[in-house]
Amino acid sequence: MNRLQQLGAAVALCLTLTSCVPEQAVRAAVKEAKTRKTAPDFTLKDVNGKPVKLSDYKGKVVLLNFWATWCGPCKIEIPWFKEFETTYKNQGFAVLGVAMDDEGWEVVKPYLKDKEVNYRVVVGTEQVSVLYGDVESLPTTFIIDREGRIASIHIGLISKGDYANEIKQLLTGESAKPAAAGY
Amino acid sequence: MKSNSFSRANPLSLLLLATSAMGFGQTITMTLTPPMSVMGKRGSTVAARIQARMREGYHCNSNSPSDEYLIPLKLTWAPSAAQVAEIKYPKPSMEKYTFSEKALSVYSGSFEIVTNFKIPADAKPGQSMVTGKVKYQACDERSCLPPKTLEVQFPIIVE
Repeated sequence: MNRLQQLGAAVALCLTLTSCVPEQAVRAAVKEAKTRKTAPDFTLKDVNGKPVKLSDYKGKVVLLNFWATWCGPCKIEIPWFKEFETTYKNQGFAVLGVAMDDEGWEVVKPYLKDKEVNYRVVVGTEQVSVLYGDVESLPTTFIIDREGRIASIHIGLISKGDYANEIKQLLTGESAKPAAAGY
Repeated sequence: MKSNSFSRANPLSLLLLATSAMGFGQTITMTLTPPMSVMGKRGSTVAARIQARMREGYHCNSNSPSDEYLIPLKLTWAPSAAQVAEIKYPKPSMEKYTFSEKALSVYSGSFEIVTNFKIPADAKPGQSMVTGKVKYQACDERSCLPPKTLEVQFPIIVE
């Protein structure tokens, strides 16, 4: 094999490896600031009946997570979000869960207690779902920057590392590193 | 239990099903094929077989999910000339997914739900419609869709 052939083989291998990079890693990058759209505002009630307005979170990075008690992949994410809430809370970060259970607090409240959820959760409505593109698949998660703009959207389960990278990027303004594969 | 059934795919019921399941923004992940008709004598028990098929890449929880928060597959029948004697769900498969720590009790691909109907001894001969509903909740490897209810309908003919 001559040098040209070796180079060709190396390029082919690189291309192959690139195409095999886990989807999660590709999705890790947040949108450029100038291309971000404002997150639609809404007001929903939390478990104590207090109104929660998304725009009140302006100045913070928000992980807005649409989920449901019957959603297996959503269950996997809850411990991650609890950890993020604890780790980044003092840096201007918050998790806001939007539960899409038809039965509302009747099923959501005991679930939150069972899972010891430490972040704020509201019960969603059809109207809010439509505002966010008619959310159907769960989990669907929007990472919102400090200016209240949608920096990234994830439909379905991604890795904890991807979320962490995006949060850190938005908190610090630094570029995120691709996350390792896996959950 | 003595069973007597006559069933063929029912194109009209399929059409009704597709229409009922096509709500706004609703992804259809299950199709149902009820029998074209079921025939039996007064006092007999007849079996109605519903063929279900999950969309490629999706599964639904079985009628006895392995986690208390998961929504089971459930078939219910509206009152009719025939009485529901038994609903037989297929044996689920235990599958492990990336999002589950343990194997889940699910249905995927094609499966069959059988209902045994008892035709009362004093039933009037002739044809009447039987209507049922299948509630299910589907997921793929990374996400889940809201629970959905599909309607099934077929005529039962009393000889």
